[in-house]
Amino acid sequence: MAGRIGKFGLVAASIATLIFMYVPLSMVIAYAFNKSGTQIWPPTGFTLQWVSDALANPGLKAAFLTSVGIALSATLIAIVLGSLAALAVARHRFFGRDTVSFVLVLPISMPGVVTGMALSTTFATTDLPLGFMAIVVGHATFCVVLVYNNVLARMRRVSGSLEEASADLGADSFQTFRRVTFPQMRTAILAGALLAFALSFDEVIVTFFVAGGVKTLPLWILESFRLANQVALVNVAGLAAILLSVIPVYIATRLTSDSSTVGRT
Amino acid sequence: MMVTDSTADLVSTPSFRRRLAAGLDRRPWLRIVLLLGLPLLAFGLVYLGSLVILFLNAFWQRDTFTGFIIRDFTLENFIDLGRPVFISVTLRTLGMATAVTLTCAVIAFPIAYYMARVASPRVRGALVVAVLMPLWASYLIKIYSWKLILSEDGVLNWALSPLGLHGPGFGEIGLWLVFVYLWLPYMILPLFAGLERIPSSVLEASADLGARSLTTFRRVILPLAIPALIAGSIFTFSLTLGDYITPNQIASGKQFIGNLILSDFGVPNLPLAAAEALVPLAIIVVYLLVARRLGAFEAL
Repeated sequence: MAGRIGKFGLVAASIATLIFMYVPLSMVIAYAFNKSGTQIWPPTGFTLQWVSDALANPGLKAAFLTSVGIALSATLIAIVLGSLAALAVARHRFFGRDTVSFVLVLPISMPGVVTGMALSTTFATTDLPLGFMAIVVGHATFCVVLVYNNVLARMRRVSGSLEEASADLGADSFQTFRRVTFPQMRTAILAGALLAFALSFDEVIVTFFVAGGVKTLPLWILESFRLANQVALVNVAGLAAILLSVIPVYIATRLTSDSSTVGRT
Repeated sequence: MMVTDSTADLVSTPSFRRRLAAGLDRRPWLRIVLLLGLPLLAFGLVYLGSLVILFLNAFWQRDTFTGFIIRDFTLENFIDLGRPVFISVTLRTLGMATAVTLTCAVIAFPIAYYMARVASPRVRGALVVAVLMPLWASYLIKIYSWKLILSEDGVLNWALSPLGLHGPGFGEIGLWLVFVYLWLPYMILPLFAGLERIPSSVLEASADLGARSLTTFRRVILPLAIPALIAGSIFTFSLTLGDYITPNQIASGKQFIGNLILSDFGVPNLPLAAAEALVPLAIIVVYLLVARRLGAFEAL
């Protein structure tokens, strides 16, 4: 609809927006290899010293491994609960079906400080210990919806007729699930799981409330903001954090865009 | 291979599994219970349960001498919400959330429109990934990058000094910029999806009826994009309300609702912090209800 000038304006605005989104992130990457190790712009030269320092830092390494462990556990819970709920909502009609979606979306649309407060008061009131498991539970509450949404979207795209055909050919529900339904949802589960991993790996607002001394990578980074001598390491840790959330997400988008054709099994 | 496998399955199926499957087929409600039972139980217990406990805690009190929580009913925490500091902090936070949301909407519109209606499918796919990546890239590092940018010897002052200008530094203006930066992709993506759904015929009809580009935008595109804009605003608004790390890092002198809750939580005065946390909770619940009425949930 827009004329040539309008189109030019749109392209210019889009490019400006992309520059706005990418310049700050690329700066952290630039600083990670900055020779002087300070935050003064411009960087003075290229070095791999901070990368090797970061790899040798025991605190950073432990925090990284803790984060991976928490993200894997939360993702596992999200896969089970999210897929089950998606199957129920996609293939059955029942009273309160719309409420299920609303309830599952609630934790991710709630302000982080509210979820953090709710979980930490709960742990305090019930005398349950904070720490690794508390973080996993907290992350799982908002990771479930990512698997749920992905699987539900997939189940709505692929028709139920293949499952009916399977039943007509004499397969029982378990066989149909294993041979027809599951192969169709597999990549959607994987995509949701990758997003869940990325979200958990990066989460800090809720984590802070329930960590109870356990140090995840984001908590390590947050703490390092205050320590002047770790500034150079923060850039490297940031690079690792960016890669570990961006790579799974990139794979997830490939997974959901390539296999969206109906009837592909 | 597949064929022989499945025939073998059909012939030698354990009869128990067969009977169980048949039983489940006859009772669809049981299947629903089995499928939904675990997720709903987990959710009901953990998430909704903890919201209830948060609510209960807001009615309890803290013994000022021992610091222990006394489980006696009191409305004191709610009366404390009326103190001038809390009201001004709440208003400041709401103002910030509104400013951030409006700014995100204005910045997001051109690129979302370009992605949805102008770009070729290949460019569109690349742009979706390009917008998605920063959304997921480490939240703390994005804040950190702005600490580098806004600092006295950072890149912004370095770039502005030849022009004789000075960056906003750390404060409310800087915070507004950082929030816009952080939540912008959350606005672009739903808006893109919403604009993509507008049928071309509607725009053609508008042009055929003699409307110029600007009129079509104002009278056709914008009204149709409202649900998507509101869907995006749920994120930008809620994320701004619930954040305490960004205000701490970028505008440490100014209090926002998140910091205030965190500091009362750290005192520790759990009951007061719980009562305060009910305020953003209530705001978001009202926001979600209004958003649902305006059709934003279909656009999520």
